[in-house]
Amino acid sequence: MNSKVNMLTRRRVLKGVLAGSAVTVGLPVLDCMLNENGNAFAATGAPLPTRFASWFWPLGLGEAEWRPTTTGANYEMPTGLEPLKPFQKRMNLFSGSQVFLDGVANQTHFTGMQGLMTGKTTASGDYFNSVDGVIADRISSRNRFKSLVASCNGDPKASWTAFAGGKVPAETSPMAMYTRLFGPEFADPNSATFVPDPETMVRRSVLSSVSEDRKSLDKWLGAGDKQKLDYYFTALRSLEQKLDIQLEKPTPLPSCKRPDALTDDGHPVSLASEAMARHDLFAALFAHALACDQTRVANINISQGMTELRREGDTTSHHSLTHEEPIDQKLGYQVKCAWFQQLYFKGLHDFATTLDSIQEGDGTLLDHMMVFAYTDHGAPRIHSLLNYPMITIGGANGQIKTGNHLATPGESATRVTLTIQQAMGVPVSKWGAGVNQATVPVSGVLA
Amino acid sequence: MKFIGRKTLYSLIIGASAIAYTAIPSLGASEPAATDPPFPTSQRLSPSQYKQTIADIFGESIKVSGRFEPEQRDRGLLAVGARTTNVTDSGFQAYDEIAREVTAQVVDLKHRSAIIGCTPKSDNRRDDSCARAFFTRVGPLLYRRPLTRDEIGNAVQAAGLGADKLKDFYAGVRLSLEGMLISPEFLLRFKKMEPDPANPGQERINAYSKAAALSYFLWNSTPDQDLLEAAKNGSLNNRAGLELQVNRLLASPRAADGVRAFFADFLGFSEFEHVSKEAAFFPNYTATIKQQAQEQTLRTISDHVVNQHGDYRDLFTTPNTFLTLDLASLYGVPLVDTTDNGQPQRWIKYTYPQGDARSGILSQASFTSLWSPSGRTSPTSRGKALRELLLCQIVPAPPGNVEFKFVEDTTNPKLKTTRDRITAHRSEAMCAGCHKLTDPQGLALENFDSSGQLRSKENGVAIDASGEFDGVKFSGTYEFLQAVRNHKQVTTCVAQRAFEYETGYTPPRNDPRWTKVQESFAASKYDVLELLRQIALSDLSYSSPSKTTTASR
Repeated sequence: MNSKVNMLTRRRVLKGVLAGSAVTVGLPVLDCMLNENGNAFAATGAPLPTRFASWFWPLGLGEAEWRPTTTGANYEMPTGLEPLKPFQKRMNLFSGSQVFLDGVANQTHFTGMQGLMTGKTTASGDYFNSVDGVIADRISSRNRFKSLVASCNGDPKASWTAFAGGKVPAETSPMAMYTRLFGPEFADPNSATFVPDPETMVRRSVLSSVSEDRKSLDKWLGAGDKQKLDYYFTALRSLEQKLDIQLEKPTPLPSCKRPDALTDDGHPVSLASEAMARHDLFAALFAHALACDQTRVANINISQGMTELRREGDTTSHHSLTHEEPIDQKLGYQVKCAWFQQLYFKGLHDFATTLDSIQEGDGTLLDHMMVFAYTDHGAPRIHSLLNYPMITIGGANGQIKTGNHLATPGESATRVTLTIQQAMGVPVSKWGAGVNQATVPVSGVLA
Repeated sequence: MKFIGRKTLYSLIIGASAIAYTAIPSLGASEPAATDPPFPTSQRLSPSQYKQTIADIFGESIKVSGRFEPEQRDRGLLAVGARTTNVTDSGFQAYDEIAREVTAQVVDLKHRSAIIGCTPKSDNRRDDSCARAFFTRVGPLLYRRPLTRDEIGNAVQAAGLGADKLKDFYAGVRLSLEGMLISPEFLLRFKKMEPDPANPGQERINAYSKAAALSYFLWNSTPDQDLLEAAKNGSLNNRAGLELQVNRLLASPRAADGVRAFFADFLGFSEFEHVSKEAAFFPNYTATIKQQAQEQTLRTISDHVVNQHGDYRDLFTTPNTFLTLDLASLYGVPLVDTTDNGQPQRWIKYTYPQGDARSGILSQASFTSLWSPSGRTSPTSRGKALRELLLCQIVPAPPGNVEFKFVEDTTNPKLKTTRDRITAHRSEAMCAGCHKLTDPQGLALENFDSSGQLRSKENGVAIDASGEFDGVKFSGTYEFLQAVRNHKQVTTCVAQRAFEYETGYTPPRNDPRWTKVQESFAASKYDVLELLRQIALSDLSYSSPSKTTTASR
């Protein structure tokens, strides 16, 4: 059956497990498919795609003391961000910006995120078209998956990803995510043989006829239901497109390698260490998904902002600690809370390291993408909407300069998210609404 | 769409008598934004409805083990979220994967002859007449209405194409059936309206839509042949025919499925999906206990409501429940299973002595452990859950910039119990306003730890479960449960939620049709089946929600 062919790993191809003339393509030849500089496909001249990841950690960073005293390059890495030191030259640290309430009551853990990620604050709790969603619409809508969202503590609500139809729940299970990405439907782009699956052809045809149900339904429905049906058919089209992609021979990608299967089923966890162990599984899975061009946007959420994660042996959650733990007078921050932040940032370091370990042409996957790390609050103890710490890691295919601390005190956080969208090629000159609207990117970032 | 909209309805009206969402605009909160999308009347099948529907159509042995996209709660109910949230790409792909899992079983060697109902002339070729017979039979059960000639033709055609391409009759049927299982006609329930012949110029609900609404409301599943027939012959359009069917559905043992589905939603059991307790502190709190805790409460309710026709209010004080050996150990009950070695665990009916703190559904782990953080109890969480879920009230969110130093200080020699710490916290003026709404009820349940286990002391000090709840003083847990039982909002709230569960919108307060539902519920001594019957019979359930009622969102 042809699906066996699709399931071949590159290693098996290279070992020549399958006999016969079909299996003659090895890694060196695949590398030859890139141009001389290794930054574009030789055959088509198309540049390697720029990819995007977002990474959410709960409950801010330190208090206010974390902000480096100097801006620009060679700033002193704040204690709380120590794990990221190896990436200092390849990251940017944004400080000082804030979310304006713009007349809306502050719902802690939500309003700040609404402002930061969707560009506006509203009383009604709307949450549509997040920054990563807008970027995915732009750069990833022709991929097998437009976007992937994971949460590390077993809570599907731990997601800040939204499209026009609303929020997208997170996948909690690395095993289920593996199956979606690299299960039987995955076609190894480096496999020498490709036979379209006749069953997929029939499924594709059946989907087309489901699309025709639309006509008979419309006449019955009011505006609310029509809109709802629009989103239903948008989702159906995304499945059609996924099948279309599976019916085409994929472009070879030398750095794509199907990872090993995973067994973690995504059960809820309450220890931060358990969540971060799962984080590493998702991080590796997403690195492979990006390298294999299954998607161009992947999002990791450690937990919700109001996190229940705890340290071994302590009954109090990180969230409760942010409220309850006194600030150490000498250090200027909450010591127990800092333990969590260190653990999270070690995870971010590991994610970046994994991305950087994948060679792509003249650089690494990390060079060809941007990781945007963000959080729900500034100073944790009072759940501040001021001085949001935000971080980007990676060179975004040369679209940004890195290595700098960029301070924009008192300005809207949407300036940072506008900058990120522009770096990712979204044709947008302003972002957000009301006081939170930004029209000028943070200077010194875009290349 | 508006996933936390109601939290924004800050107001200090808590404690006033009318706390339904409809009360908010009259107290000066902002009207819905002009950009609010029109309210959809369609809703998607919930995972439990999907599973029950598949079991009813294809048999209990067809398993649905795939994962659905998580449901979203809106204004207290998943049933409302099923109307207001949109299908996402990943959610649709989950439906597709589940459809493939179901259809593969329908045509496997074990099931094909029984379910398909005819044998093709050849296994490896198309057989349109066999395919047609199959789709003509199951199509109406899936779409909850007769199929058009074109729809059957398309299904047969798709099955034929699949059979030709894959040289397998059953693969063709499988792929065509998969298309039906991901069709909006199956996954979404629409409230289709049609001209009302009795009232020219007005609309009435289409009889098939009405049949589906009734069936999912009362049985949590798809209409059976009898109900579809009542839609077909038009009898559902008149009062006598409707009454006949409603009474038939409620008299069936399957009404228990409907009651269980409503209460599982009403009590927020979906939140158990992400409950986890620290094993070092609560070694008994296993995945099995989480399941059994929910089942205990649903069995208690189902027995009280369906079998006994009991007073809804007595659910808060009833001494009757069902236990397993594991649950008995959690609650400190000396349960003996004399029939065998106790494996697998069975459900044993159990009655507490009169006045026991473990009476009623609030003292069960399905409430006490669900509304506790993973490491310790939070009287505030339990109190907030009680007010929001069971009294339909809104508890304001805490302000930013809160001082919590007393709550955490578990080593302070003066603040030994949770009550001591939280009382100190409540002494701060900015916190007092809300915490006096939530904490007294939560403190009344402090005899149950974060895992729901019975305890009498915390840090060596006896727990004091006395307090006052909306003007009623109580000396301990049981008196508190009696105060809940007698709170006048417990009955108005369950009635409101049952209506919202069925229709998606808040009942209009001054509508005589809604008054009649509530009066009948009271006259029946708060028999929940009578409440469901009245809602199922009321015109209000089948009319289009007017602007005033949808404005309450």
